[in-house]
Amino acid sequence: MLDDLPVLSLIVLAPLLGALIVLALPSARSNWLRITAIIFTLIPFILTLWLFADYQPAVGGGAYTEHSTWLSIPLNQEQFNASVTSLKLVFDYHLAVDGISLPLLLLTGVVSTMSALASVHIRKRWKTYYSLFLLLLTGIYGVFLARDLVLFFIFFEVTLIPMFFLIGIWGYYGREKAATRFLIYNGLGSAAMLLSFLILIATLGFSAVEGAGGVNLLFGGNYDTILSNLSNPAAYANVDNDLTHQFGLYLNDQTKWTAFVLLLIAFGIKVPIFPFHTWMLRVHTEAPPPVVMIHSGILLKMGVYGLIRFAMFLFPEQLHAWTGVIAVLGVINILYGAILACVQTEFKLVLAYSSISHMGIVLLGIASLEEVGLQGAIYQSVSHGLISALLFLIVGSIYERTNTTQLSELGGLARSVPFISGVLLLGGLASLGLPGLSGFVGEFLSFLGMFGSMKIVTAIGVLGILFAAVYVLRSILNITYGSLPEQYVGMKDARFIEALPMITLAALIILLGVYPSILTDLMQHGFSGFLEQIHTRMGG
Amino acid sequence: MDAFQTLTWEDAWYLAPEIVLSCFTILLIALDLLLPKRVNRNVIGWLTLAGLLVAGAFVVILMTAVNGPETDSASGTRVLLGGSYQLDDFGNLLKLAFLGASAFIVFSSLGTVRDEDVPIKGELYYLVLPAVLGAMVMASSADLITLFIGLELLSITSYILVAARKSSRISSEAAFKYVVTGGVASAFVLYGMSFLYGITGTTNVSLMRSVLASTSDQFEALLYVSFFLMIAGFAVKLALAPFHAWASDVYQGAPTPVAAFLAVVAKGAAFAMVYRIFANTFTSGGGLDGAVREDILLALSVLAAAAMIVGTVGALRQRNVKRLLALSGVANAGILLIPLSTLFANPMHESLVSEFIYFLVAYAFMNIGAFTVLTIVSRDSGNESLSGFSGLYHRAPWTAIAMTVLLCSLAGLPVTGGFFGKLFILFGTVQVHKYWLAAILLVTTVISYAVYFGLIRQMYMRSGSLDSGLRMTVPAAIVIGLCTLATLALGFLPMPILGWINDIFSVPVDLVMFQG
Repeated sequence: MLDDLPVLSLIVLAPLLGALIVLALPSARSNWLRITAIIFTLIPFILTLWLFADYQPAVGGGAYTEHSTWLSIPLNQEQFNASVTSLKLVFDYHLAVDGISLPLLLLTGVVSTMSALASVHIRKRWKTYYSLFLLLLTGIYGVFLARDLVLFFIFFEVTLIPMFFLIGIWGYYGREKAATRFLIYNGLGSAAMLLSFLILIATLGFSAVEGAGGVNLLFGGNYDTILSNLSNPAAYANVDNDLTHQFGLYLNDQTKWTAFVLLLIAFGIKVPIFPFHTWMLRVHTEAPPPVVMIHSGILLKMGVYGLIRFAMFLFPEQLHAWTGVIAVLGVINILYGAILACVQTEFKLVLAYSSISHMGIVLLGIASLEEVGLQGAIYQSVSHGLISALLFLIVGSIYERTNTTQLSELGGLARSVPFISGVLLLGGLASLGLPGLSGFVGEFLSFLGMFGSMKIVTAIGVLGILFAAVYVLRSILNITYGSLPEQYVGMKDARFIEALPMITLAALIILLGVYPSILTDLMQHGFSGFLEQIHTRMGG
Repeated sequence: MDAFQTLTWEDAWYLAPEIVLSCFTILLIALDLLLPKRVNRNVIGWLTLAGLLVAGAFVVILMTAVNGPETDSASGTRVLLGGSYQLDDFGNLLKLAFLGASAFIVFSSLGTVRDEDVPIKGELYYLVLPAVLGAMVMASSADLITLFIGLELLSITSYILVAARKSSRISSEAAFKYVVTGGVASAFVLYGMSFLYGITGTTNVSLMRSVLASTSDQFEALLYVSFFLMIAGFAVKLALAPFHAWASDVYQGAPTPVAAFLAVVAKGAAFAMVYRIFANTFTSGGGLDGAVREDILLALSVLAAAAMIVGTVGALRQRNVKRLLALSGVANAGILLIPLSTLFANPMHESLVSEFIYFLVAYAFMNIGAFTVLTIVSRDSGNESLSGFSGLYHRAPWTAIAMTVLLCSLAGLPVTGGFFGKLFILFGTVQVHKYWLAAILLVTTVISYAVYFGLIRQMYMRSGSLDSGLRMTVPAAIVIGLCTLATLALGFLPMPILGWINDIFSVPVDLVMFQG
């Protein structure tokens, strides 16, 4: 039965429908709003689970692809001779899934559902909150599914607006500044991305189709077309002659590099790569915890996904030439984040810097350009998504009880809230990469992939794990042990609605830690085709 | 070509929209004079609206006649009055846009403009008609003389409109500034035109094209002089940086509907004139070739870049919303100039003129909507500062949501008309490999997020001093609603309008004129 449904569209549109329903509900009924929001977060989650169960790695995501023309804008063809019947700019509605996007879709499903549950901490303007929350989800699912460049860009931008409001209205003291900074930094990233995309559409997106009355020329943003044009020596973008120059179709090396670097900047800001990270610290500290769960758990992974999907798949030669640069950036991220996390006095900042450090490991995995490393990059993304979602969930619960996240003001919580403290410890251990938990697998695979080509860089990067142990244990011990300040004595431990997401996330972290092949098999097929392709393109 | 031709009945039929507007103007002036004082001047407003709609209906009828089934789009033009006036789709599309925009503006001010602000309201309404008439002449003329007459008709009426707040000193000051800068600008344009006349020996734009093709090498220096004089004059009219300083003052002083009129119709008409003249002379593919044309295209790109940068950065620190919108108009004027500066640079993307029209339409909707919201909000708060918008979401959620959509469109965020307008222009820029210009457009767009979201922040995240609901008038509510819906529709379904423009519009036939 499900086979006939446009599953991918349903995944993208269900939250949007939910947002509209929430808007139609009376604003005073907080329970109705909450339940509706949770239901409409669950629907895409269940659909992704079904997708996961039904997914056959060998076949790939071909069965679910949805493809139709969205906009077909006629351009003027009067300059051409009569054999040209049309010249068009075509944007497709094209959704697809593969072994790389599926793990991230699952992550989105899990984290968003947990975040919807954790949104009980939100105290005002529920209706606006939940409708924006659901709109944000539509954007995120769309990003992971879209296979048309312009569609991808639109979904990417759609995540910006709700995030701006979610940070700016429900955040802490410095929320408005954080929201603006988020918007500007990410806006710059999107601008770089759009410029790069348009360069690609104007060159690689060009195709000439023989039709009934003559030739149909079109420019389009279809990802598959662009990918196949890149490796096709007969494509106009790869032919260096007067005609292609006159029509601006030829893609020379310099332009390729421009497009590649722009993509790197675009997604580097999102990941974030070292000099572009300041906005993300603010968001981590100022946004409300459920929103940070989404932000740290999923939105940063959009950067990783973009790096892999566009920068790496489209420009493997450029990436190959720059593996050193990216690896060094990765190591800088790892060490910079880890060292600064050791000296923070605010728990949220510890976690923010730890995120930077963990995303550095992802970069190393990508820079390896090897199957193991690439799997590690995605694995690490999923694992970090779960871990940071768990940790920020706990931050929300702790803040609700103590009204502070300053390390100096917390202590001894293990006595008053043993359950929360226990889960916090588990999350911390996963974060520092304890074997048996998911963090270890991701880190191990990434470092392993890198070790083959750059031993010294990898060795330096591994130091980050050492620091991770320091900052994680330092802050968690500080929170859970020691003397309990008087005002926290009578605190209640987690309620059911708080405990449920904690247990779910913790269980998944353990599951991924002991049974990695649940995801690695998926990814293997996602990457194997690509690796074959770059070996042929770069001559082995 | 005969210098003097009598107006035939057939010509008169093709000039019907213009004639309707003239008649309505004269009638309404007389009516305003004769009506007793106690009669509410809104009657004149309604009649003005009727005049605009009748003229619009005639434009539609003529468009279908010209593009009718018996004529293919290649012959879809009529040349009138000895080649000085041309009925084509470029002109007609813009005429429709001007008439529609003016109708929106007049409608939104019915009952919204207060008596203490604009004492003689009849004037505010009926003077719109000659102004639009001027704009239509600018869109349709094919001769420098008639173009200039259209420009002056529009300018002089807008000088009076700006001064409509007779009791306000700032309004008189604005009108005076506008007269002086506008007059200087007209002089520059005229001086530049005289050089063009000197080089080509004709005032007819279509003849110029063919003359330039053969003689331009001999008069390179004069061509530069002519171009720079004209573009300086036009840049003032278009409020392009660095010739934009008057705009914020004049908008601030003028009644808000008039400011909207200046931002949309006056600017659009000036663009129509610039496109008409330049596409046939300075930037034309067949006429002028080689280094001169390259330089001129570069100068236009630099001007566009300057306008985008100055407009956006200037708006960052602006606390007065009207001035903010004026500066945003400067940046948008820069964007609207880009298609001209890349015209004919690459055979693949000639239809950028239709992208210009598309963005102009989107720009019209979002600006009229935003200005109308501003009218309503400033009526309540008594001033036009940002703080007037504080807590608007709690007072009037629907207005706030509409304004958010309009601002997102101004900021070029999906899925709105502003987004696709910018996207198409950007795509053309990338196609001709002007990456630096595309980058400036993108970066200024991002900076403008800070401007527009500053306003959004006020509406959603601050609490205002006023607790009462917003006093909205019905016409204003309708206009805001329509503008918002149109902005969204242009974003979700840009196809119908773009396809329609493309069906009837063709650059060689409708803009560049070969009949000479």
